[in-house]
Amino acid sequence: MITINWSEFTPYSALAGGALVGLAAAILAVFNGRILGVSGIVSQLLNGGSPPKEHYRWRLLFIFGMLLAPMFYRAVAFIPPVEDNASIYQLVIAGLLVGVGTRLGSGCTSGHGVCGLGRLSVRSLVATLSFMLAGALACYYFLHGMGL
Amino acid sequence: MNQLTALMSGLLFGIGLILSGMTNPAKVIGFLDVFGSWNPSLALVMAAAIPFTFFAFRWLEARQKTLLGEPVHLPGTTQIDTRLIIGSVLFGIGWALAGYCPGPAIVALGDGRYAILYFIVPMILGMKLVDGVSHYVKKS
Repeated sequence: MITINWSEFTPYSALAGGALVGLAAAILAVFNGRILGVSGIVSQLLNGGSPPKEHYRWRLLFIFGMLLAPMFYRAVAFIPPVEDNASIYQLVIAGLLVGVGTRLGSGCTSGHGVCGLGRLSVRSLVATLSFMLAGALACYYFLHGMGL
Repeated sequence: MNQLTALMSGLLFGIGLILSGMTNPAKVIGFLDVFGSWNPSLALVMAAAIPFTFFAFRWLEARQKTLLGEPVHLPGTTQIDTRLIIGSVLFGIGWALAGYCPGPAIVALGDGRYAILYFIVPMILGMKLVDGVSHYVKKS
């Protein structure tokens, strides 16, 4: 029933990249006592009020590290060109949905999918199954229904 | 020291996302196209990452202190409610629409793919909207 696209299957880079993602989350957990959840980190950076400096510091440094990653990567390896066919409208609507959805659902792929599942959190399992299933159904509709 | 580890973690995370293919929207959409022509690669990203978080959090939760002797900040919510599910469903739809989740979008920005701001700015507005409404609802 499921058709697998073997020609695009890249198991080794996916496994190696995934191991680095897991290592990064483990470092933030063990040294900083924090969940590596990008939607949470970004939204906490935008909080008003006057929280202590430490509230911002580790989050800013984490995001800064992410922004530097492509430069470091390119210094040693080639980044294959990406294929991005989204229109501006698609990007804007997708951004709004991701922003609203991750705040309502308290997390995204990293916080629920990588950290929450690692913590064996049932809440994160429900969230992950929900966004995966919704993503798969929506994807089918966008690609094969609307022809995006 | 914990500032250095936060920076290192962000850097490794970004490199991992690039290597895994998560920063390529076509690959993400190929992964979500389960009912069409499925590319299972990105399932392996999660499969490879989770053993690391499993042991890290097991260690952390047993010790209740970081390796640097500082307090642990882990979410304690276990509630499964409609807010969690509706939010996750909306996130999934947005993820499928453009092929970006928050992490890869930030890495794309770092790579000079500035058109991603059309995604990041509305994402931030969406986050602020929910936080603003939740704050208002809590108050009243």
